[in-house]
Amino acid sequence: MASEIGQAIAAGILGGGVYALMAAGLTLIFGVLDIINVAQGIFVVLGAYLSYVLSVHLHLDLLLGLFITVPAMFVIGLVIYWLFIRPLRGAERTSMTLLACFAVALIIEGVLYQEFGSNYVSLNAWYTTASVHLFDFYLADIYLIGFGLAAVAFGALYLILYRTTFGRAVRATMQNQVAARLIGIDVNRVSAVTFGIGTSVTAIGGMVYGAISGGFTPNSSYDLISRLLAIVILAGMGSIGGALVTAIFMTTVEALVDIWQPDWAVVVFYLAMVIILTFRPAGLFGRRAVRAQ
Amino acid sequence: MTSDRAAGKAPAGDQHAGRPVAPGPATTAPATATIPAGTRHAWPPRSRSLSVTGIAVLIAVIAVFPLVFTNPTATNFGVITLIFVAVASAWNMFSGFSGYLSLGHAVFYGTGAYFLVVAAKDWNLNGADVFWLLPLAGVVAALIAVPLGLVALRVRRHTFVVITIAFFFIAQLSASNLTVTGGSSGVLAPIPNWAAATFNNPFYYLAMLLAAAAVTLSVLIRRSVFGLQLRAIRDDEDRAAGLGVRAMPVKLAALVLSAFFTGMAGALWVYFIGQAVPQFVFDPLFDLAVVLMAFFGGLGTIAGPVLGALILEPTQLYLNLQESNSYESEILFGALFLVVILFLPRGVLPTAGEWLTTGRIRRLRGDWLAWRARRTANPPVPPAAGNLS
Repeated sequence: MASEIGQAIAAGILGGGVYALMAAGLTLIFGVLDIINVAQGIFVVLGAYLSYVLSVHLHLDLLLGLFITVPAMFVIGLVIYWLFIRPLRGAERTSMTLLACFAVALIIEGVLYQEFGSNYVSLNAWYTTASVHLFDFYLADIYLIGFGLAAVAFGALYLILYRTTFGRAVRATMQNQVAARLIGIDVNRVSAVTFGIGTSVTAIGGMVYGAISGGFTPNSSYDLISRLLAIVILAGMGSIGGALVTAIFMTTVEALVDIWQPDWAVVVFYLAMVIILTFRPAGLFGRRAVRAQ
Repeated sequence: MTSDRAAGKAPAGDQHAGRPVAPGPATTAPATATIPAGTRHAWPPRSRSLSVTGIAVLIAVIAVFPLVFTNPTATNFGVITLIFVAVASAWNMFSGFSGYLSLGHAVFYGTGAYFLVVAAKDWNLNGADVFWLLPLAGVVAALIAVPLGLVALRVRRHTFVVITIAFFFIAQLSASNLTVTGGSSGVLAPIPNWAAATFNNPFYYLAMLLAAAAVTLSVLIRRSVFGLQLRAIRDDEDRAAGLGVRAMPVKLAALVLSAFFTGMAGALWVYFIGQAVPQFVFDPLFDLAVVLMAFFGGLGTIAGPVLGALILEPTQLYLNLQESNSYESEILFGALFLVVILFLPRGVLPTAGEWLTTGRIRRLRGDWLAWRARRTANPPVPPAAGNLS
């Protein structure tokens, strides 16, 4: 029993790192563009399928494949931004962009179904089957690798946001778009690149998700996006640090509940969300302004 | 402030009076006199008799349809389409008027559906008796809407949309895990006991009744103070609250009414298709389809959702029938959605109305220009001239 709990906590924390990374992309896009990218779930699945194609057809190692899939997802994000998000203006922009993202998600899902069918596929490498012995339980290597990747990506994200001119522009746009425009920031370019960064993290997320989950189909995107949205809303929109803490906490709780009630574990996410929003409508780490808008 | 309002009020009063008022300001008095009286009255021009005739014709066509096209496939399309007319109108009643986009109406639809199958099974209802459960199913869905609304309506915009999505997933998950809903294999609805030849007709006319009721209530809401409050909330909730609109009860009432009709539609639908299975009863595509219908026709209008449902649902059913797999129709559906959002963001009806109005303004402007040209060619003889000579 103790080992089960220990394993659940370890898997929850390590797996939570990857969810935090995907949620960080979502919350970054929200902060800069004021868009809820409901296509993030299908982007993760798309990233996973890209890794799958590279590893099965080109026999490329999953980790090496990331050097191709991350830029690929970045470009896909840019294209989607330019084609479908940028043209939307005006008073109804909020709901329009959300629906546009939903439509994009539907199209990608349809294409993935057509290419890969509805059978479960999984990502395999030597480190998805090998495991390490920790205290009194075993943990698959991929959990450690996934957490490491998430940590590296978070580090890169931090460096970009807080140590570069571009990051300064991103943070300025997050604070006040009009003011950012006035001091000469090209908000359109910042938005496009932010959308690209927000989607490119899903390449890493998708690779790790595909290896941890033991199998995925295009339909997995619904499960993913509902968890990610719950994390982002719980944390408070636009808070990257909040997303990190919340994601790790929630996946750990879910893993613990999963020991007793596997069918209902995922409900923990939504219940926590409903309860917290009843008392703190802006989320745990959110600014009040989010609600006042 | 008060002087502004007083100053603003006087010209408005003039326009409503519809005829030139004698002691107007010196600069505007001649302009008022020169515009033909008819054009001033008829703005914006309305032809009420035409729309009444149109509605009567539409109702007659819908009522006669199953008698002319007795083919079960055709009436099948008819039933599903009319159910979606009801749902799209019900959705619009809340989301279209208040601006709170709900992507979780499948919760109410599914609640109604599951209530009907479970109640019919427990109370041993069969045949036409099952239809008596429809209003009850609506009430149950409306009751579910109260707690959901109390939580979700505390937040706005994105967060509201996401919470409705979350409610949707909770409902779907509960349906596949609870014992009362029969888990993932679902619950069978009772089998209707009437003749196969006219099997679809009772469903068809009930769906028509439901759609008519939802549309009628939409019209009543839109014309009432309640509807005005909803639209005030849509435009600026804080300002509406400042002006004395009690936002929470108003929003909640709209959601409850909307849920009532959606629940009834779901119950009718499930009795028609015969089985409640979690992934079909709580279908994310359902939410999107309803939103697309309202957007396609025109969000917040009365005819928009009706038109959207009448066009899109048969199209989708037809595509599903034609395509060997459902993925192609999914891609087409997404593409259509993007086209509507990018090129007709306010929907077909408002855009068409805009074109009509633009054309009419252009024509009126042409008339006015011609009239001015005529006047310049032979200017009117000023009455003062006689005095001088």
